[in-house]
Amino acid sequence: MNSLSRLFAIIKKEVRQLSRDRLTFGMVVGLPIMQILLFGYAINTDVRNLRTAIADQSATHLSRQFIAELAETQVVDIVSFVDTPNVLEAKLRKGDVSVGVLIPADFDRRVTDSARAAVQLLVDGSDPTILAVANQLSAMPLGFDTMVAGKPNAANIEVRPYYNPERRTPVNIVPGLMGVILTMTMMLFTAVAIVRERERGNLELLINTPVSSAELMIGKVVPYIVIGLIQIALILLVGWLLFDVPVRGSIVDLYIAAALFVAANLALGLFISTAVSTQFQAMQMTVFFLLPSILLSGFMFPFDGMPKLAQYIGEVLPNTHFIRLTRGIMLREASITELASELIFLAVFTTIAMIAAGLRFSKRLD
Amino acid sequence: MNANLAIEARGLSKYFGDLRAVSSLDLEVPRGKIYGFLGPNGSGKSTTIRMLCGLLTPTEGDATVLGTVIPGNSKALRPKIGYMTQKFSLFGDMSVFENLQFISEIYSYPAKDRSTRIGELLLKYDLRDQRDQLAGTMSGGQKQRLALACAVLHHPELLLLDEPTSAVDPQSRRDFWSNLFRLAESGTTIMVSTHYMDEAERCHRLAILDRGVKVADGTPQQLQASTGMHIVEVVGEDPYAAQAALIDVPEIVSVTQLGVRLRVLIPISVSDPTSLVLQALAQHRVSAAAEVTHATLEDVFVAVTLKSAERVT
Repeated sequence: MNSLSRLFAIIKKEVRQLSRDRLTFGMVVGLPIMQILLFGYAINTDVRNLRTAIADQSATHLSRQFIAELAETQVVDIVSFVDTPNVLEAKLRKGDVSVGVLIPADFDRRVTDSARAAVQLLVDGSDPTILAVANQLSAMPLGFDTMVAGKPNAANIEVRPYYNPERRTPVNIVPGLMGVILTMTMMLFTAVAIVRERERGNLELLINTPVSSAELMIGKVVPYIVIGLIQIALILLVGWLLFDVPVRGSIVDLYIAAALFVAANLALGLFISTAVSTQFQAMQMTVFFLLPSILLSGFMFPFDGMPKLAQYIGEVLPNTHFIRLTRGIMLREASITELASELIFLAVFTTIAMIAAGLRFSKRLD
Repeated sequence: MNANLAIEARGLSKYFGDLRAVSSLDLEVPRGKIYGFLGPNGSGKSTTIRMLCGLLTPTEGDATVLGTVIPGNSKALRPKIGYMTQKFSLFGDMSVFENLQFISEIYSYPAKDRSTRIGELLLKYDLRDQRDQLAGTMSGGQKQRLALACAVLHHPELLLLDEPTSAVDPQSRRDFWSNLFRLAESGTTIMVSTHYMDEAERCHRLAILDRGVKVADGTPQQLQASTGMHIVEVVGEDPYAAQAALIDVPEIVSVTQLGVRLRVLIPISVSDPTSLVLQALAQHRVSAAAEVTHATLEDVFVAVTLKSAERVT
């Protein structure tokens, strides 16, 4: 009974202080909006209008038809026609174009010959995104009207992006971005929470009162869970209004996943807070955890494409599991039961971090 | 354990690595008294107070505080102790009222009596005008009154005050001490550390700490009577010359200047201290008057810390 009322006293105090701390309050609202605008507008991996030069040494009806189909995809923007492969290479080297298409003189014959490539794509491989797109181009079906009958062109595989057919970046980015924003804000808030009181001397007073470590820890975490859920609402709203990002699955499922994820980050933040001695160190530690949460969680790069070691590191980050949850629920309409293992990880992570923080924070000064 | 003692420490020690912050401290603090802890900065006052309220674990020794043995179950002790930290430790971004309210909730003060108690404290500690002011924006004296109000809100039996007056003006100090006397009269035991002599003189009992060692212990009167020194006061026109004349006399242990007067400490074994001083002055052709006087606490402090310095070297 007394314990509960002490817990409420701590929560009330935290909320009161939070509402007076303009900077933190601004971060709660400003940071998600700024990030979503930044990622939504500036970072665009949709590839359209790659500058392209074509050397058509065949100049037949068939080759002109191929060029027309290529242009229709809108992936390439044909800016010039050149005569020789050498000029193509020079243009590529100078950066005038990103893609060079070489149509050899015997194009018509090559099309019917399954042993030889009909067209050569010269690609600026210095940009990985362009390279990936060119790989897709190579699989473009040569669906000529004059389709030379009977050619079994196995390489012409059609790519059909599920769940995001328009291949719009924000749809992929926003679910992952939720995880990144929450990692950043939640961890930062609690990482400085205890250290700030230590620096201001409040802790010396608090630990001399009947407040227990657990009451202090939980009392500090609870207000931020609410803030985290508000942030999620904000991100979803802005994502929906500006970028038309859908929530195809259950919003309740999404919130259950988010609450657990927020708790995991808060617990980690608290642990950091008990391990460092100044607010500055707390911020450094937050960045230390934030970077892998962005780079190794599957937010930036496909998880399966990463080296094994990076995958192992990624597996222990809460954000990795949260991104799987949000992409599943928001885009693939998955239910939470199908993603239970990710939830279990988050629950276990929270428990361990919370216990570790509680153990590290002793009610003593030495 | 003597029931009349609020604190009884036996061989209490605290080392931080090689630094002996407090060494084998024995203390007896009677209930309902104001017990002073006098010593220069770094003498181990704060460390001792922190050990007594369970914030620091003693390296050696133990203490019985209000019947509870430290180190041990300091949790049971917390509701009975009020602690005022050296540095202001309340919440600067909350108002005076909110701070008091928070403390009352933390100590589970009966909900129905909370507002009465807070009103009482606002009145008693002259904080009614600052009720809704943020604590961080108040003056040193106001902060200190708020800190004391928060420390006594839950009617603690024992009040531990760590240099409570180091950041306030003399008027605030006087008011603060009259509050302490009022609390002691109502039965609260108060342990207060200070480095001000005038404050030490107001204590019922006091201990002098130097480099972690207790060098004297008793009532101010007892301490003044047992310095083991003659105190000779020298008044002359040229105190500098007088000081120069006296400083090299082997029997004289200390010469302290107070304005135009000099206070000269001479061991009790010297039978005629006045003529010793006058002779030394005459040798250097300094004209000044000398007479034996009573020891002040400052003299006591100088005498005992000198002895302890000799012991160390």
